[in-house]
Amino acid sequence: MVASETEATPAILWVDLHLIHEVTTPQAFDVLRQRELAVRRPDLTVATMDHSTPTTPPRADGRYLFDDEQARTQTEKLRDNCREFGIELHDLGSPTQGIVHVIGPELGLTQPGQVIVCGDSHTSTHGAFGAMAFGIGTSEVGHVLATQCLLQRRPKTMAIRVDGTLADGVTAKDLILAVIARIGVGGASGHLIEYCGSAIRSLSMEERMTVCNMSIEAGARAGMIGPDDVTFEYLADRPRSPKGDAWDAAVRRWRELSTDEQAVHDAEVVIDAGSLEPMITYGTNPGMAIPLGSPIPSDHELSTSERAALKYMGLQPGDRVLGKPVDVVFLGSCTNSRLSDLRAAAALLRGQKVAPGVRMLVVPGSQAVKRAAESEGLDRVFRDAGAEWREAGCSMCLGMNGDRLEAGQYAVSTSNRNFEGRQGKGGRTLLASPLTAAASAVRGRVADARELMSLGHDAVSS
Amino acid sequence: MSVPAAAREPFLALTSRYVTMPRVDVDTDQIIPARFLKATRRDGLAEGLFADWRCDAEGAQRPDFVLNRAQAEGAQILVAGHNFGCGSSREHAPWALLANGIRAVVSTGIADIFRNNALKNGLLPLVVSAEFHAELLDRGSDVLHIDLVEQTVALEDGPRATFEVEAFARHCLLNGIDEMDFLLQQEPAIAAYETGAR
Ligand code: SF4
Repeated sequence: MVASETEATPAILWVDLHLIHEVTTPQAFDVLRQRELAVRRPDLTVATMDHSTPTTPPRADGRYLFDDEQARTQTEKLRDNCREFGIELHDLGSPTQGIVHVIGPELGLTQPGQVIVCGDSHTSTHGAFGAMAFGIGTSEVGHVLATQCLLQRRPKTMAIRVDGTLADGVTAKDLILAVIARIGVGGASGHLIEYCGSAIRSLSMEERMTVCNMSIEAGARAGMIGPDDVTFEYLADRPRSPKGDAWDAAVRRWRELSTDEQAVHDAEVVIDAGSLEPMITYGTNPGMAIPLGSPIPSDHELSTSERAALKYMGLQPGDRVLGKPVDVVFLGSCTNSRLSDLRAAAALLRGQKVAPGVRMLVVPGSQAVKRAAESEGLDRVFRDAGAEWREAGCSMCLGMNGDRLEAGQYAVSTSNRNFEGRQGKGGRTLLASPLTAAASAVRGRVADARELMSLGHDAVSS
Repeated sequence: MSVPAAAREPFLALTSRYVTMPRVDVDTDQIIPARFLKATRRDGLAEGLFADWRCDAEGAQRPDFVLNRAQAEGAQILVAGHNFGCGSSREHAPWALLANGIRAVVSTGIADIFRNNALKNGLLPLVVSAEFHAELLDRGSDVLHIDLVEQTVALEDGPRATFEVEAFARHCLLNGIDEMDFLLQQEPAIAAYETGAR
């Protein structure tokens, strides 16, 4: 920290890693040019393209099919800005391109104890490594580009303690949806969440990222998990993690950042992992989620805003979401597009078919995830089942690149936001885990993966 | 604290008619849908504001949407439901509000990133008590006076409330300071940290 906070001024935080993408940066670079400022630490700034980029391969002449000229311009602007200011770019077509929150960890750029920012609210993902990671706006992107610093007040803290063991078929996605359903979409407003407890400890790094990713959906400024051996094992031998003696020194430093069990928090939430079920959303924010088998709350339990949400969703109070016909299944986004997510879905789809009339889109989080999945033959599993196997990017998570729902369509989506129109104007999003998504693709209806798992257990465990 | 010169219009007070949007948890995807984020400039975002609520599928204005009503003409204050501005960090949300003449959002709770972004652009995010908020919603529309020096907000015929705003952001608004200027002035401290830390 450059300077601590006082009553009159926020703390001045030094930023260890600044991730940037095409959507929230052009205006910040313009400010730099207007003021004739340089990027202070291009070496701590890393760029990729993910939001507006097509997920279809380039044409034979190497040209990409952008949704429109504006999208193409946006990516060209980022390329020009990176060139002008000397910033490392994981460009479209490069083997390291991908969703910003997938490639940071994958490259080993994300490390415990860092302050990481990005003009993107899901920067909370990187908190899974015990980094202090949060989303910022474009003005702040400009501040960080110019000064490598950010003005921040210390947030309050909230402990979310999850003990016990998740049942078979209940995933990290279900866990975080249950947390948000419990505390609400504004429940952690002004807070930094620290996830702790035995159920959190036993999650893999990829699962921890899924959990921290959605901290913002509870309104939190950031979400964090103290680093431990799981973290260090993930980071060992990543392209950008420290090597040799520097690695040993880093791990010694990182060990001191482990969760302090005695810490006092401003708020605490306790959840029993064993009681959790697969979750699904029924409304237009991620807090409107229920266990898959439960009915939507009845009319008298709903607020005016929730009734408006149900109307948008074309659902009735008291209805079940389970069994509802679906039009589209989207497997992707920075929440659930890593190798373990694709494996889980592929295990259910192996030897099965996507139901007639259902469109399933599988979008790996990065080109590296895509290659790893292909080397295991997962692409074949998806293709044989009738799903579309795409290039890496945000894709239908926010529908900026042309991968969109049509008005009225229902999608089971492994992404993080079911806001009105998020996946396409008039589209209706049901957020769920990769398992629920895959099961729903097979059945053509919102389905419970555990039923398919018990039917074809061999397929799942192979 | 060293004080940079004013970079923009100071924000001291605002008197304007307000309109209400009582819905809770209004996310920034509603404030400005993603398709408007392909723009690479911060101006020209006016038509994106609440685009999918403001217009129907054919692009015609919905007469019942609050910002399309006659009373919204010239209104610079939006009284919004709890947790306004949640979701995406897009600064296009305050840009689009400002492009439509909105200079303050009054609620019982405003999402962190939106609040941050708003303050940096001279849009005042203002959190008031539930009682005062309910009074504003009950009236539907009226003239409101916001005083950033006194940190009070008052209706013309009496009811008033105080509000909190982060001290530094208030200082910047009152003096028209761009936070970038403040940060640039911290160069000696930043350089000292940088050489010490690395
Ligand atoms: S995948 Fe979705 S949530 Fe994640 S960075 Fe991309 S648009 Fe944002």
